[in-house]
Amino acid sequence: MNDLIERLKENVIQGRMTSDDEGIDDTLTGPGVVELTRMALEQKVTLKDIIAEGLTAGMEVVGEKFNAKEYYVPDMLASAEAVSSAMDILKPHLEAADLAAKGKFAIVTVKGDIHDIGKNIVAILLKGAGYEVVDLGIDVPTDRIVDYVRDKKPDYLGLSALLTTTMLVMGDIIEALKTADLRDSVKVLIGGAAVSQEFAREIGADAYCADGFEAVRILDSYRQA
Amino acid sequence: MSKEVKPVPREGIVVEKPYERLTGEQVKTIHRASLEILRDPGLVCFNGRAADLFAAAGADVSSAQKSSPPHWIVRIPERLVSEGIEKAPKTVTLGARNPDNALVMKGDEARVYFITGSETNIWLDTYFQTYGKKTDPTVEIEVPEFIPRRGTIADLCMSAHLSEHLDTLDGFIRNVNIQDRDITEKNKDVNKFFASLNNTTKHVQAGLTSLSQLDPVVKMAEIIAGGRDALKRNPIVSLICCLIKSPLQFVDDTTEAFIEICLRGIPVVVSSAPQAGSTAPIKEAGILAQINAEVLAGITLGQIVNEGTPVLYGTVPTKTRIDTLSDSYGAVETSQYTIDCTQLARFYGIPNYSTSGVSDARVPGQQSSVERLFSNITVAMSGPQFLHCAYGLLDCNSVFSPLQAVLDDAHFAMIKHFLRTPRIDDGEIGDILTQIRKVMSTPQKLFISYIRKVMRSGLLSPLYPFEGNREQDRVFELAFEHMKALLAKPVEPVDREKTRRIFDEIPGLLPRLNIYEEGRGS
Repeated sequence: MNDLIERLKENVIQGRMTSDDEGIDDTLTGPGVVELTRMALEQKVTLKDIIAEGLTAGMEVVGEKFNAKEYYVPDMLASAEAVSSAMDILKPHLEAADLAAKGKFAIVTVKGDIHDIGKNIVAILLKGAGYEVVDLGIDVPTDRIVDYVRDKKPDYLGLSALLTTTMLVMGDIIEALKTADLRDSVKVLIGGAAVSQEFAREIGADAYCADGFEAVRILDSYRQA
Repeated sequence: MSKEVKPVPREGIVVEKPYERLTGEQVKTIHRASLEILRDPGLVCFNGRAADLFAAAGADVSSAQKSSPPHWIVRIPERLVSEGIEKAPKTVTLGARNPDNALVMKGDEARVYFITGSETNIWLDTYFQTYGKKTDPTVEIEVPEFIPRRGTIADLCMSAHLSEHLDTLDGFIRNVNIQDRDITEKNKDVNKFFASLNNTTKHVQAGLTSLSQLDPVVKMAEIIAGGRDALKRNPIVSLICCLIKSPLQFVDDTTEAFIEICLRGIPVVVSSAPQAGSTAPIKEAGILAQINAEVLAGITLGQIVNEGTPVLYGTVPTKTRIDTLSDSYGAVETSQYTIDCTQLARFYGIPNYSTSGVSDARVPGQQSSVERLFSNITVAMSGPQFLHCAYGLLDCNSVFSPLQAVLDDAHFAMIKHFLRTPRIDDGEIGDILTQIRKVMSTPQKLFISYIRKVMRSGLLSPLYPFEGNREQDRVFELAFEHMKALLAKPVEPVDREKTRRIFDEIPGLLPRLNIYEEGRGS
């Protein structure tokens, strides 16, 4: 049992989502995070052990390696993506056991903008960090975003824009949330090449995230506050 | 029974499609013009031995002994030049104390080796001064200050030591003129060679200050290499000889030295350094025809002296500066001439010694970066085998800055990466198609996870190593820190027994260079 969790942790560190993936160490073969997570469930390993001792413990090592400049962003993303896939497998079991994720995060590229690389990276990192992430897509109209917030009640709303023209839509969304009396129900975080801390203040967003790592730090800080 | 491990030469970088400026017909035109020059007007020769050797080999040699200074006119027929080209080895190996640092140069293969620069008188120290930012005095800014001083043998040791640890550097030309009080013309060569050889395990090349020092230098090399035959197999040192002064003059003393070097079979660069506009015609066709004639004359002499002497076709053409009439190494024409010369050397199949990266700037900075990168990239693309690429050299080869050498190493890493051969074949395309299909089936549609293996295999160009934060340019500070780290790494010195023999058998060595007796040179 312990060996299985240890292998899960190691595969998270190596960023191997499935048995087809290559990790950093060529000698590591066999099942990846997805297969090991399924095996753990079959062997009745507790959800707490899978998440805390396998997935989270692995991500902690990845974070340490990243801070020590031993790992780069692609390594971090590979590991986060692997954890994200594991969380998808665990989701129904968590719901059945009434165990919640860290929070629900809806992420979207605003109307008029189709750029999504940054958004996707943020989504992977947040999911890997234990948040439930719902990707609303690209070029999404403001009223659809407001409807989603009203109906699905996410804890956090992440708005992404690359262009100086589309960044202005972020302010419109915040105003629309206010009009719908939903602004206090959700924390709004913004990011993307065009925006800044100053712009976040101007439009009344709760936070500006320079990158996905900062998004994780800010969300974790809300939980600790 | 122990099996001898065959040394693996350094890789350098192979340029699959060398950049060439001349058409095949233009190369032949230059060749014919050079042969014409060698016949008429021929060369002025101030060395009697060379005149005799040329005469005996069939050249038309006439005496002008009543002229001042007395000299000979040597007119070299095409037959003799063709024989010289034919006899010159087409593959030249330059060995090294660590045989894995050997350089194997084939005249028809554009494998580029990056080598340091030539002798400088001035060593440039770097200090950092701290200033407060005008708009925010709490923010401190480090500004480099460059202080020049005369180079010493301790500096040469440090330069060789640094060179040992610069990854892109394949060989070492001694680049500091040692000007200590106890260095004289009679002991300079042995000391500069020992200081270099004891601080780097890469190939060492230098010019000869005094012919009287040739045999002691060869003896030293034999002791280190393990004997005369071992030195033949692994020539850990080579020499560079500017036997021809432009335009078209065999200099007496360097020609004498060249003949003696050839007799001993030591690899030697036949180097010519005309300046377009003053010592050579300003037009491209003119300087090329002349420099080619000068180098071919030297190579021909070398093969007359000792058939099979390993020679490099050495070319250092420059354009004259119209404001001072000094060499303008930073001029774009200088790079053009140099690239053309590399093509000429390849035409003859003889390995080429070439120059790039020399800057007119006096200190590290923007001019220095622009000038050196321009020529380093373009000349390297032309595929010279032995590229004197001026690591750390400034002010037209008169100043050496170790900080600049560290910066150059980073730039050469980029250039080497740029020159890599693209890999596009069925296997590669098959992998890529699989990858694209797989990524397109994922929600994120990102290829990021595939970077990782490529990243660690060394196939990706590295990030610029001296990148500062977003607000500040910290290139000099970071390069300086890196330099200190490299100098803190040890170098394997010549072993105790060989050092003892060298100091016992070779006169003139400074006792402070013997690290087993007096500590490292100071």
